Amino acid sequence: MHINMKIATKYIVVAILLVGFTSCQKNSRPNYQYMPNMYEPIGYEAYQESDAFANGVEAQLPAEGSIPRGNFMPYEIEDTNEGYELAKASLTNPLDSTQVDFVRGKELYDVYCGICHGNKGNGQGKLVQREKILGVPSYDDAGRAITTGSIYHVIYYGKNTMGSYANQLNEEERWQVTAYVEKLKAELEK
Amino acid sequence: MKHVIYRNLTSRILSLGFIILLTVSTSLSAQEGDVAKGKSLFNANCAACHKLNKPMTGPALANVEQRLIEEEGLDREWINNWIRNSSALIKSGDAYANKIYNEWNQVAMNAFPQLSDQDITDILAYTAAPPPAPVVVDAGADAVVQEPGISNDLILGALAVLFALLALALVLVKRTLNRFAEAKGIDTVIEEKRTPIWKAFIQNQFLVLVTAIFFLLASGYFVYGYFMQVGIDQGYEPVQPIHYSHRIHAGDNAIDCKYCHSSARVSKHSGIPSLNICMNCHKAIGEVAAETQQEGLKEYGVDYNAEIQKLYEAVGWDGTGYTGETQPVKWIRIHNLPDFAYFNHSQHVSVAGLECQTCHGPVEEMEIMYQHSPLTMGWCINCHRETNVKVKDNGYYTKIHEQLSKKYGVEQLTAAQMGGLECGKCHY
Ligand code: HEC
Ligand code: HEC
Ligand code: HEC
Ligand code: HEC
Ligand code: HEC
Ligand code: HEC
Ligand code: HEC
Repeated sequence: MHINMKIATKYIVVAILLVGFTSCQKNSRPNYQYMPNMYEPIGYEAYQESDAFANGVEAQLPAEGSIPRGNFMPYEIEDTNEGYELAKASLTNPLDSTQVDFVRGKELYDVYCGICHGNKGNGQGKLVQREKILGVPSYDDAGRAITTGSIYHVIYYGKNTMGSYANQLNEEERWQVTAYVEKLKAELEK
Repeated sequence: MKHVIYRNLTSRILSLGFIILLTVSTSLSAQEGDVAKGKSLFNANCAACHKLNKPMTGPALANVEQRLIEEEGLDREWINNWIRNSSALIKSGDAYANKIYNEWNQVAMNAFPQLSDQDITDILAYTAAPPPAPVVVDAGADAVVQEPGISNDLILGALAVLFALLALALVLVKRTLNRFAEAKGIDTVIEEKRTPIWKAFIQNQFLVLVTAIFFLLASGYFVYGYFMQVGIDQGYEPVQPIHYSHRIHAGDNAIDCKYCHSSARVSKHSGIPSLNICMNCHKAIGEVAAETQQEGLKEYGVDYNAEIQKLYEAVGWDGTGYTGETQPVKWIRIHNLPDFAYFNHSQHVSVAGLECQTCHGPVEEMEIMYQHSPLTMGWCINCHRETNVKVKDNGYYTKIHEQLSKKYGVEQLTAAQMGGLECGKCHY
């Protein structure tokens, strides 16, 4: 038998090229783009690295003391034991009964608090049941005797292992959640 | 309170004798304590601040009772008083209470007036119980070998199959050509007279034409396909600086997407959570459970605990407090539309009420995040043609819905009929 080496090598070269071509495309790399001029932003994108600021990123904290637009009230009680007691004793909900919206309160509560505190507020959230996070109190815990003010204060600053939720919830939303927590507490105490 | 005063009044010798008595009686009662009940009480009330073997918000509590009695000369009464109302004890001027309060930066421990003597006995019995034997996690060699193996094996296997097919094709081509040659009456047996295969092939005009057309079509198909996928990153799966698993967080532990991607509710961007949000949970979760760790090593070849340590390094957390030395975590962006297209999350998530999974795929099953959808214009437009706008209970839409549904003569409007196909809505 006569095997034509020329053709055989050609086939092999083509096969290697094909394999090489397809393996160039890797999922850990972004794909090629046609003339990407209008793809790449000129303005800064969120979280982008940039040398416009000293610390090398586009995302910056607001300047000290700046306040957002709209009816913003600074929260002046400090993050100390005394501040906690003060809030617990004196702070009240600025939303009146027509502004409190339990539907929204529940939505927000289920996203941000239910995972630990349980959707009923009994301290049996998913993470507690799976024993990932422990020591989450029930809202009707007599030793804590939480009040409107203490709930808001704890959402704002956190307490020990519980973190602050001030950056995920804005002021109005924090009060909605506070009102909803009080509702849960009343239901638990029934 | 009475007892505290009483204890302060007794002379040293008396109290010493009393402590010895109590040591005997408490070690007896510690045996009576129900460890299982103690564990659940401890988890419900104390575990927020105390771990058994590591300091957290408060000191480690393994064998506290023994420690306090032997080293500090305190007694069970003191412990009861402390647990029921530590701040009262501190205010009463008790020396050790003030000492430890100041040592722990004046963090106030909660009062637990509701705990009975028996409850406290149970808790203390739990703190005195020997810790369960640590589960041996074998970071076995097999896990390490397995990890890079899969893709290499696949590629090698595919190559082998390819070459086998090529060889087969060569043999087949040779045989057909031989047959042609035979049919034409050329004697292939005689070596000298035999035309080489390629010559026979070229001489056969019809075969050349068919092959040429076939190759043209095939290459056209592949070239078209290749060019159409340029600039589309479907399946893009970069290696992130921290091996962060959506499967574990959003799947197994059912954490809501918006817990971390909280700006999806209200803004254009979904955002990547800042590290303080991670620390809401990871202040308490320094290590994953033994089964999770085992699964990670076996199936994915990652050491989850080491990944959590990377998080701690980035935020500067040393186990009990922040050191203040932070480094950014440079997550690699996956989904990214070109600059000339505008996409807004709150419009789709809050207004249209779409689930994240419609566009991002089964995120709760992804060990490593990848891009599920093509993010092409056709993909956006298709969905706008097919999806109805949620006009119900949305005052903003009442009027336009009335007008448009009359115009189109339909009850349900799609996003396209609302103007979701206008170029200016997505291109600016
Ligand atoms: C990661 C788990 C976790 C999440 C999520 C969480 N908490 Fe907590 N929460 C805790 C723990 C742990 C404590 C006990 C803190 C302590 O006193 O040591 C606590 C305590 C509290 C207390 C009682 C504080 C006191 O005055 O004694 C309130 C009220 C509370 N949380 C409200 C909320 C609200 C509202 C949210 C949602 C915005 C929330 N929590 C989300 C873990 C969590
Ligand atoms: C809010 C967080 C918190 C909770 C909840 C908590 N503790 Fe404490 N505990 C502390 C802190 C902080 C200290 C250190 C003293 C101080 O700063 O008040 C402490 C100190 C102690 C001490 C003294 C330890 C020593 O080494 O002297 C004991 C005993 C104790 N706690 C028991 C308990 C028990 C039992 C529970 C549950 C019923 C509990 N604690 C719940 C925060 C807490
Ligand atoms: C515990 C926090 C957390 C939760 C809960 C979470 N994510 Fe993420 N998500 C992250 C982090 C951190 C990243 C960046 C790292 C990465 O890409 O893997 C990310 C990345 C992403 C990305 C890719 C972003 C890009 O670069 O394009 C998408 C899409 C995403 N998440 C969707 C979801 C969805 C959908 C859910 C709910 C099923 C969810 N996430 C739940 C933390 C979270
Ligand atoms: C709501 C609570 C919660 C939040 C928020 C959270 N985690 Fe986790 N994390 C967990 C739980 C629960 C586990 C699994 C523990 C186990 O299985 O024992 C875990 C495991 C991990 C692991 C090991 C497994 C893996 O995914 O590789 C890493 C790394 C991790 N988290 C990083 C992060 C980062 C980074 C963030 C912030 C974007 C974050 N976590 C936010 C609860 C949370
Ligand atoms: C209608 C489809 C759609 C839905 C629904 C959707 N996304 Fe996205 N997502 C996108 C597109 C398109 C991008 C790319 C945006 C860009 O580059 O400007 C993106 C980008 C992201 C990013 C990268 C960072 C950013 O914001 O640009 C994250 C994180 C993300 N989505 C998370 C989520 C989460 C969490 C949800 C659910 C609450 C969600 N997405 C719902 C289409 C969607
Ligand atoms: C899963 C379906 C779906 C996908 C995919 C989708 N959209 Fe949408 N989009 C909707 C729906 C539904 C609405 C109508 C929301 C409303 O206003 O009630 C909408 C509305 C919009 C609007 C506002 C239109 C108006 O009339 O004001 C814009 C802009 C938009 N989408 C852009 C995009 C872009 C860009 C993409 C692709 C990257 C995309 N969408 C992908 C479902 C989708
Ligand atoms: C629903 C949103 C949406 C609408 C409406 C829309 N586009 Fe697009 N368009 C996109 C997105 C997203 C891309 C980017 C696709 C990609 O990156 O592959 C795109 C890409 C394009 C491109 C390709 C640019 C390039 O260099 O790749 C052209 C041209 C274009 N659009 C024109 C139009 C015109 C003309 C209209 C009006 C008839 C229109 N688009 C309406 C979302 C939209």
